[in-house]
Amino acid sequence: MSNNNEERLVSAYELETEANTDRLAEVSSFVEACLEEAGCGIKTRMQISVAVEEVFVNIASYAYASKSGKAKIKLEIYKAPSEAVITFCDSGKPYDPLAREDPDVSLSAEDRDIGGLGVYIVKKTMDEVSYEYINGQNVLKIKKAFTRTE
Amino acid sequence: MTINKEMNGTELRVALNGKLDTTTAPQLEEELKPSLSGVTELVFDFEKLDYISSAGLRVLLSAQKKMSNAGSMKIVNVNEIISEIFEVTGFNEILTVE
Repeated sequence: MSNNNEERLVSAYELETEANTDRLAEVSSFVEACLEEAGCGIKTRMQISVAVEEVFVNIASYAYASKSGKAKIKLEIYKAPSEAVITFCDSGKPYDPLAREDPDVSLSAEDRDIGGLGVYIVKKTMDEVSYEYINGQNVLKIKKAFTRTE
Repeated sequence: MTINKEMNGTELRVALNGKLDTTTAPQLEEELKPSLSGVTELVFDFEKLDYISSAGLRVLLSAQKKMSNAGSMKIVNVNEIISEIFEVTGFNEILTVE
């Protein structure tokens, strides 16, 4: 699928913002508006929006510790088949959220610890999630296929 | 997100409208804190809730833990998107979803 990515690319968007949870509304609006423009239906749009929130909040919480820093979000729309690819970059400390062990989702309410659930939701609801540390940047990429609705 | 609370005897019905996310979950937590004393039945109405993330799940889990000792809790009118989040996280097993 990756051989003819240039021909498949329909549109690309980019947002750079402070890696801070008070920017979440800005990030969510950006992602949802781009996906809507691309004809991505409401269900997949919301699934992607949840995943984007989880990743962004993770970056906002861990990447720069108590200092402030930037997060860059690139959103690409591909066709044949329709797919959204979202790449998050930050220059914070190297941190692979995918390396964390998955939470035990079979535990009872009493024994439940909520930690790690956000990343787990991303892994379970997206088609592909990958992490790399390149040129001093954390690069986390998520992919999700969607059906176009006019 | 808007929160609508309605008390009927010892039943508290909480209707949410919008998104239960990292930004709004603390708001729900604050609303519930003083409201749960004396409540034996807590009902969340998600009819107008579009979206839930792990921050929202955290608040539901904490409410569930409180209500397990004090009575019961259930969630009604859950949409397909939220239902899937409950499923993949196993929350459909620990919450009562109708």
